[in-house]
Parts: sequence; C-alpha cells; structure tokens
Amino acid sequence: MSEGYILSLILALPFLGALLVSLLNKESRNAIRILGLAFSGGAFVLSVWLFIMFDGGNPDMQFVEKYAWIPELDVSYFVGIDGISLLLVVLTTFLTPIALLASWESIESKLKGYVALMLLLEVGTLGVFMALDLFLFYVFWEFMLIPMYFIIGIWGAAERIYAAIKFFLFTMAGSLLMLVAIIWLGYYASTQPDGFFTTNLLKLYEIAPGIPMGIQSWMFLAFTLSFAIKVPIFPLHTWLPDAHVQAPTAGSVILAGVLLKMGTYGLVRFCLPLFPYATFTFMPYIAALGVIGIVYGALVSMVQPDFKKLVAYSSVSHLGFVVLGIFALNEEAMQGSVIQMINHGISTGALFLLIGMIYDRRHTHLIKDFGGLARVMPVYAAFFMIVMLSSIGLPGLNGFVGEFLILVGSFKSKYLGSHWFAILAATGVVLTAVYLLWSYQRVFFGKLENVANQKLKDLSVREWAVLVPVVVFIVWIGVYPHTFLQKSELASKQIVEQIQDAWKGFRVASAESIVSTASESASR
Amino acid sequence: MSQELLINLSIVILLLPLFGFALLIFFGKKLPRQGDWLETMMISSALVLALIVLFQKLTLYHDATLMLNFTWVDFHNVPGIGPLKIVLGISVDNLAAIMMVVVTLISAIVHWFSIGYMHGDVRYSRYFAFLGFFSFSMLLIVLANNLLLLYVGWELVGISSYLLIGHWYEKKSASDAAIKAFIVNRIGDIGFFIGIMILFATFHTFGLEEIFDGIQGGRLPFGSEAWLTAAGVLIFCGAVGKSAQFPLHVWLPDAMEGPTPVSALIHAATMVAAGIYLVARTFPIMTADALTIIAYIGAITAFIAATIAIAQNDIKRVLAYSTVSQLGYMIMAFGVGAYTAGFFHLVTHAMFKAGLFLGSGSVIYAMHNALHHQQDHHTDAQDIRNMGGLRTKMPVTFWTFTIYALAISGVPLTSGFLSKDEILAGTLAFGGLTGHTVIPIIGFLVAGLTAFYMFRLVILTFMGDHKDAQRLEHIHESPKIMTVPLIVLAVLCFFIFYSFNPFGATSGWIARAVERPDSVVPASVAAAPTETFEEVLHDSHGTAMVLSLLLAGVGIFIAFATYYWKRINADRIAGSLSPIHNFLINKWYFDDVYNGIVVGGTLAWTRLMRWFDDTIIDGIVNGSGSITKVTSSVSGKFDSIVIDGLVNLTAYLSGFGGLILRKSQTGKVQTYIVFVVMSVMVFYFVFRLV
Repeated sequence: MSEGYILSLILALPFLGALLVSLLNKESRNAIRILGLAFSGGAFVLSVWLFIMFDGGNPDMQFVEKYAWIPELDVSYFVGIDGISLLLVVLTTFLTPIALLASWESIESKLKGYVALMLLLEVGTLGVFMALDLFLFYVFWEFMLIPMYFIIGIWGAAERIYAAIKFFLFTMAGSLLMLVAIIWLGYYASTQPDGFFTTNLLKLYEIAPGIPMGIQSWMFLAFTLSFAIKVPIFPLHTWLPDAHVQAPTAGSVILAGVLLKMGTYGLVRFCLPLFPYATFTFMPYIAALGVIGIVYGALVSMVQPDFKKLVAYSSVSHLGFVVLGIFALNEEAMQGSVIQMINHGISTGALFLLIGMIYDRRHTHLIKDFGGLARVMPVYAAFFMIVMLSSIGLPGLNGFVGEFLILVGSFKSKYLGSHWFAILAATGVVLTAVYLLWSYQRVFFGKLENVANQKLKDLSVREWAVLVPVVVFIVWIGVYPHTFLQKSELASKQIVEQIQDAWKGFRVASAESIVSTASESASR
Repeated sequence: MSQELLINLSIVILLLPLFGFALLIFFGKKLPRQGDWLETMMISSALVLALIVLFQKLTLYHDATLMLNFTWVDFHNVPGIGPLKIVLGISVDNLAAIMMVVVTLISAIVHWFSIGYMHGDVRYSRYFAFLGFFSFSMLLIVLANNLLLLYVGWELVGISSYLLIGHWYEKKSASDAAIKAFIVNRIGDIGFFIGIMILFATFHTFGLEEIFDGIQGGRLPFGSEAWLTAAGVLIFCGAVGKSAQFPLHVWLPDAMEGPTPVSALIHAATMVAAGIYLVARTFPIMTADALTIIAYIGAITAFIAATIAIAQNDIKRVLAYSTVSQLGYMIMAFGVGAYTAGFFHLVTHAMFKAGLFLGSGSVIYAMHNALHHQQDHHTDAQDIRNMGGLRTKMPVTFWTFTIYALAISGVPLTSGFLSKDEILAGTLAFGGLTGHTVIPIIGFLVAGLTAFYMFRLVILTFMGDHKDAQRLEHIHESPKIMTVPLIVLAVLCFFIFYSFNPFGATSGWIARAVERPDSVVPASVAAAPTETFEEVLHDSHGTAMVLSLLLAGVGIFIAFATYYWKRINADRIAGSLSPIHNFLINKWYFDDVYNGIVVGGTLAWTRLMRWFDDTIIDGIVNGSGSITKVTSSVSGKFDSIVIDGLVNLTAYLSGFGGLILRKSQTGKVQTYIVFVVMSVMVFYFVFRLV
C-alpha cells in the first residue's frame, strides 16, 4: 500500500460502498447491511493504519495529495491531514460502522437508501476534515448536507420534515456567507504582487493575515457564523434539539458525534490562522458565548422531558467548552479542545446509541415513561452509567481530560484577560452532574412501576458489540490520553503559535504606528 | 526492606482493592458466595501489607519520603513556558503510611461486618465490588503526591459514595441522598479545582513539593499574598464539601440512607477523612488568614452539628451529626495550628466512629429481625424511642458501644481523651495567641454537648426498659462475623495503642511520626510559627485536661439524670423551649432553606431558560421562517398575478392582434398584389419625405 493514496482510499471506500449498495436488490437486506458495515469498517481499518503511520513529531500536513481541478482558478483536489484532522478522521470512521451496526434492525423501510446515504454522509464529513483547498472544502461541506437532510427527513420521527428543513436552512444560511468570503479570499490573493486567484489553503495561510483589519473582520465573521451554526454556539443552536429528537438513532449519533465537530474544526482550521487579528478582536465575545452556552445548555437540558432533547442540549453545553478552549489561545486549552471534540463524539454518540436501544424496545424517549430500569436491564444500566460518568467528566474517563485541559488552559490564558471565563465554565461541571444524575435516577432507579417496562430484554450480543468499543475508548482516553494527545500536540501548538506570532507582530506594528504618528505630530 | 520495595508495596496496596473490584464487577455473580471472600481477602491483605509498610517506614526511614513518579502528559514546548510535563506520582511519608493503615483497617473491618449484615442482599456482589472501589479511591488520595492525582481520587471517592449511598436505589430517598451527596460535594470541588488552577497557573506543576518550594522561593500566585490566601481557602472548599463542613454539611446526614456498614466506612476512614487529609497535605500553603477562616468554619460546624444531634431520634442520624461535629473539631484543630492533634483525632475518631456505626448496624439488624418476626412493618427500626433495654439481649454490642461512647466523650484511658485534649489545648493556645477566644469556648462547649448526646443515645438504646416486652423476646445478639469486628474496634479505643502515657500523647508514636510541617508562606502572612505555638500549647495542656474532663463528666451526668434517673423532665424542657427545640429538630432549617432557595431557585431559573429557548430564541427562528413564508407567498401572488399577468397579457394581446390580422390573409393573389403596390407606394412616400 502506498502512503500516497491512503486519504483518497479512505474517502473512496465508503463512496464505493454506497455505489455497490445502490446496485443491490432492495430485498437482500442482510447483504445491504453487511456491505455497508464492511466498507465503513474497511475505512476504519485504513484510518487506524493512518493513525499508526502518522508522525506526531511533524507539525506539517501529512499524506498530502494534490491534483489540479480548475487550474485557471488554482482550485485543486488537495487533501492532507495534520494531527487535529487525523483524530477527527479516526473518530468519523470509528462512529460510522458503529452507527450502522446500531441501526441494524431499527430501520425497516427503504433500508438500501438508508445505508447508501449513511456511507455518503461519511464521505462528506471525511472530506471536510481532509480538504486543504477551500473550494474542495466547501463542496464537501455542502455535499454532507444532502444525505443528512434525507436521513432526518425520511427515517425520522413525526415532525421530521420540519426538523430536516430547519437543519438544512440554518446550515445553508451560514455557508452562503462563507462562500462569498472564500471567493473574496481568492480574489484578494490575486490582488497581491505577483498574485493570482487561489483557494489553496496553505498559500492563503501566508496571504490572508495581511488583509486589512476592517475587511478581515467581515470575513472572519462570515466564516465564524457558518461554523457557529454548525457547532452550535448559543444563540444559533435551536436547530439542534429538533434535528436530534427527530433523527433516527444513527443520524443522531453521526450528527452529535461528527457533524458538530465540523464547526469547531472549522474554527481551528480556518478562522484562527486565516484571520488572526480579527480573532483577537472577537475572541472575548466568542469565548463568552461559549461560556454562556455551557451554563445555558446545562440549565435548559435540566428540565427537558425528552431524553434525546436533554442530550441535545447537553451538546450545546459540552461544545461550549470546546469553543472556550479554542479561543483561550494556548496549547493546553487547544489540546483540551481537540480531545474534547473526540470525547464529545464518543460520549454523546454513545448516549444516543443507548437511548436508541431503549427506543427500539419501547418506542419512546420520554423520561417519565421509564423508572426502575436498572432492575430489568442491569447491563444496560451499567453501560449507561459509565457513559454518563464520562459525560459528567469523572476522572479516569475521557470527559475529564478535555474539560480539565480546557479549564486549566483558559484559566491561565493571557489573552482572555479574565479568570472568570474558566470559573464560570467550571460551574457547568456541577450543572452537568445535576441534570445527568437526575435523569439517570428517573430512568433507572426507583421501583419498576410502568407495566410496559417489566419485560424489557437486556442487551443483545449485537448491542454489546456496539457498546464495548465505545467504552474501551472512553477508558483509554481517560487513563492514558497521551496516545491521542501526542498526535495532535504539534498541530495545536503550531496553530496557537501562528496566531500568537501574528498578534505580537500586530502589537509591534500598532506600537510603531503610534510612535510614528506621535513623532509626526511632534515634528509638526 | 529497601525504599523501592516499600513504595512498590504501597502500589500493591493501592491496586489490590481495585483488582478485586474489577474481578467482582465482571464475574461476581458466577463466583461462589458471589465473591464476597475475594474482595475481603484483597482488602485484608492490603491491611497486612500496610501494617508492614508502616512498621518499616517508622523504624527504618522515619524522616524520609518515599516517592515514585511517572509522566502523564508531555507538552514538549509550551509557548512562554517551555517544556511542560504533567508528572503524576505517589509518595509515602509518615502521614500517608498511617493513613493507609487506617483506611485499610476500617475498610477490612467493614468488609467482614458486611458479610453478616448484607447477607441475602439483592446486589450482594455489586456491593462488595463498590466497597473495593471506594477503598481504592481513598488510597489514591492518601498516596498522591500531587494535586491532580489527588483530585482524581477525590472525584472517584465522590462517585463511589454515590454508588454506595444509592445501593438500595428502589427507595427514592436513597437515590435522592446519593445525588445530593455527589452534587453538594461537586459544589465544594469547584472551589478546590479553581484553587488548583491558581497554583498550576503560577507554578506550572501539580506536585505539592514543587509548589511548596515555589512559594518558599518567594513566588506567589499572581504576585500577591491575597491570591495565596484565596488559593488556600479555595482548596479548603473541597474539604468543606467532602468533610461535610458548614455550609455544605447537609449531604452527610442524608447519606444514612445507604447500608449501615457503608455509613461506617464513609464516616470513619474514607470520604469525610479525605477532606481532613487534604487540609493536612496542603497545610504549609495556608496563610494566617486562611487558617483563621478554617478554624471558624470548623468551630461553627462542630457547634451546629452537636446541637442538632441532641434533638435527633434516629440512631444513625445522631451518629451522623456527631460525625459532622467531630469533623468540625478536626478542621478547627488544623485551623488553630494543632496539626498533629487534628490528624491524631482523625485516627482515633476513625476507630470509635466506625465502631459506633457498626454497633448501630448491629442494633438495627436485631431490631429489624425482631420486627420482621412480629410482622410489624410500621415501627421504625432506627428510632431510639422504640428501643431501650437492649443491654441484656445484646451484651457485646452494648459493651463495645459504651466503650466507643466513652472514647468519643473524651473519658480518660480512651484514645478519644488523648486526641480531644490535644485539640482543646490547641484552641486555648490559639485563643491566647490571636485573641479569637470564641474558638476555645466553642471547643469546650461542644465537648460537653458530645458527652451528653452520646450518653443520651446509649441510655435510650440499651438501658431502661424496652418499649415492647414481646419484641424484646425476639431481639438477639448479632452473629460472630459482626460482633468480632466490634470487639476489635473497641480494643483499638484504648490509649495504649497510641501512647504509653494515658494522660498525654505528646510523646506517643503518632505525635513523633506526624509533626506539624513548616509553613512555606511569607512570614508576614504566616500564622504563629511552630515554636511559639508549642510554647503556649505546653501551658494550656493542664487547663484543657481539667476543663474537658469536667465538661465530659457534666455532660454524662446530665444525660443520666435526664434519661436514666429521670430527675430532669426532658419533655417539659423541650416544651418550654419549644422554639429552640423545633429549631434543632429541624436541623437549623438548613435543608429547607437550601431546598427553597438553591434548588427551587435553580429550577425556576431553569424553567425560565427553557421558556426563553422555546419561545424567544426558537420563536425568532420560526418567526423569520414565517416571515419568509409570508414574503414568499406575497411574491408568489405578485408573480402569478402581476408578472405572470403581464406575460399572459402579452400573449393575449398577440393572440388578439393575430385574430385581427388574419382577416387580411384572404389567400387571393389579387389582394396580395394590392397590398404590395400599396406598401411600395407608402414606402416611396415615406422615404421621399425623409
């Protein structure tokens, strides 16, 4: 196997799988499922190989592939990964087969289309994490919307159409502005001496920080709005609970696990290094929105009667930590954010998997329909407990590592300018424990009173197979995060340094300009 | 034994209960006897090893600290800081070595006792698994030499307590208590965590020794002494939660919902002891201001809890408030600078409080069986008003319980006398040095109150007549597996294990092994140095001993006069002081105020936020959706009526024109020729004119 093509291979596998699945007879349901699992599993195996081969000691993009696509505009098929995208690629290829396995029996109608769309969704998200060309990135970004739209709209619950359209429109609204900004960026490159229109991200990294402050702010905002909707950052989050409640289990898993990370990834990959001055201008506001999201999301989820909606709002809270960590602009916080993206993907994904399992049995996710489940489903209750504790941030499990690094990093951040960000964020840790423990109590503890729950079966072998790998990662990251952190270390550091250097340069420049205006006025 | 061997043994001690936990959680139900012997053997071996380590440590390496470090996270080069490694490690000094023995000893006794007490429980194997996990978490706190690992153990203790308090989760009160314990602890932990962050942001390490060195070297958090005080107080917040200090003490009495041996474990050697241990570990960074705050919090807690304990009728609740009160004592001891005394009291208290809880467990077990035998499901098996006269039926429980009560009251020849006397002497010295005289006054007052409520408990439970003669017939002494642990703990309540001198422990081995560490804070903000303190302390010993003996005697005497000889009518006093009595019965209304303000407030706020989210934020989204819809339907109308209307009009006009013009299409050549000629003429004239 050549290293040169591995990224394309990982992209191509699920795409090929989707093609093959769509050629199958729709009656051969098992063949469809197995094929879907095999191709997404194959992508996972390849990405594990990628993970092993990836050199954590090299901060540059690795496994780079580049082919001209529209040479007149310097648009190319340009993919490559650094440590941050590596982790997200592995997360995506890990969660997709698990999501497929989880929906083995719960999807009854139009199975063929479902599996094909899930695989296409994987292609889209992987492309987003790999693209090093803004145009290519945009194509994948928009492409991903379509399968997700259909997955919610066709296989969702009662109000799926409303949710699907809301999801679609929200995302579109943001991404159109981003498209304008991308075109403007390319045009700006052509106005430089010896410049030409380009969407090559690595070239733009060098050019874009030089954009004058006013325009830079607008472009930063255009990008950030698009990503903020995806994360989602308060107050742009209301599409999320609806999409989650209506989406089928696997849709929720991928949505929470991977799609939301596209937003935070976008902030790290594009907003920060392309527009460092604008980043410094808006940093406290966005970090504040992150902190508001942490507390607000936790408060709102506390009183949700629907378990899925509760977890959806908890995502707003957890991703608030990621946003705070990104905009604290130091290495600990950045690394914390990266690992927290992975953690949230695993833990919240797992929570949706678990809720899906009980939904398959009872066709409800209202908390009040349950109670005392620990008695009939002890194994299920135990898995739920572990995943819940990881979400609460118990040391020894993955959630702690991310939250800890983010809080420590943002507490000592020179750039945030106040310790209050971290202190207020820390209160979110208590609120998280409140709403999760409280809902766990109402679902699992107490007497088993609802007759409908009395004969529930505990986990099947397939469900064990879904949950065990997840728990393995929960413990692994919790006990020895170094395995993962060492891969993203230099990438995080590079981004942080890039922007800190730009900031220093900016300060020197502004100091000089102050001095020069002062001397000018003095000479007058 | 070499130091390496000892430190490795300590790791084995740490891992043994964890290993047992892992085995039981996966295979517990398949093992014979559901694996209770496995976890019990694990913890018992840990105890043996801990004793060996302690003995070797004290004899061979008395003043050394054994250490082992490993790297957890490695940031090669942090901008502005340089290479940053987060190193975690464990270390064994005398404090840790003694604590290891205390933890494993109490834990082992609780394991043995539980074999009898929990017999036939629905989740027997899970129960033992979590006991093991609890012990592991506590040992982790004990061994950690850095704040991060300590915090990890800290949170794990929190979750183990949650699991064990909620063991009988079918009862709503049990799962409520479990959540309450976890959440209230987490509130304190925020402070602890922020304290850790302050120190980490300054010293870039979690290692306690490194932090101490840093402060000693003149570096202060953010360059100010106020921040140093803040860091100390914030770290102490963690102890306020875990050790159930005012104002976060409310979780502990509710934690009685857990099985009684769990209460013994939580209240004696683990969890609540963790807070005291944390203060002991971080003592050197505490400034004088921080220590004064700590002393007051401890004193307030000791006083509030002792007054509440007087008015409680549930045997376990009396003990729970007594625990809170005694913990306040220990915290107060550290606050006044009586470091050794505070830790010493932690050790002696662990023995008699574990004994008191297990003894109460033995009583409840007997009462429960008797009530069960009588088919009585209404009488409360834990209410001391339903007891009395158990002395003859349960001699072992009675005698051991009495010994514990004597020890906690501070009667000579007991361990409690030694440690309590030292604390009181410490408060006197502190009062003399700083002028905070209210601290020693509360200290002595609480000593009297403690003796009173403990003997109220003993008399009402074991002496006098039983309320129901028939029931008394069915009361039996508990099985050996439960009484032997009680005897072991009772034996450990005698002075001889701590000091050969029954009237002073200053020359005892604990006092020699655990000396007050030197403060590292700048002298301007430090408390009185050890030498000054010791000088004053020396003079206070005699006063403290006489006063505390007197007060304990008075307390016990009043208890007998009231409840045994019935010379004082307790009901009449309660009646005439009913506002105070109600105030005490209702536990100073702490729970009511918290439920009303904190819980109610949070819930109301939460509902408001949800309304805001559904109505305002989503309202804006849906509103803009609706506006778009209205706009589009208007433009749709405009499109179909005006634009399309114009298009259709054009078409219509063309059609109409065609209709008229086609009249001219006659198909006759003559007509066409006429048209052609006319056209030519018209054109000719037109062009001529132009």
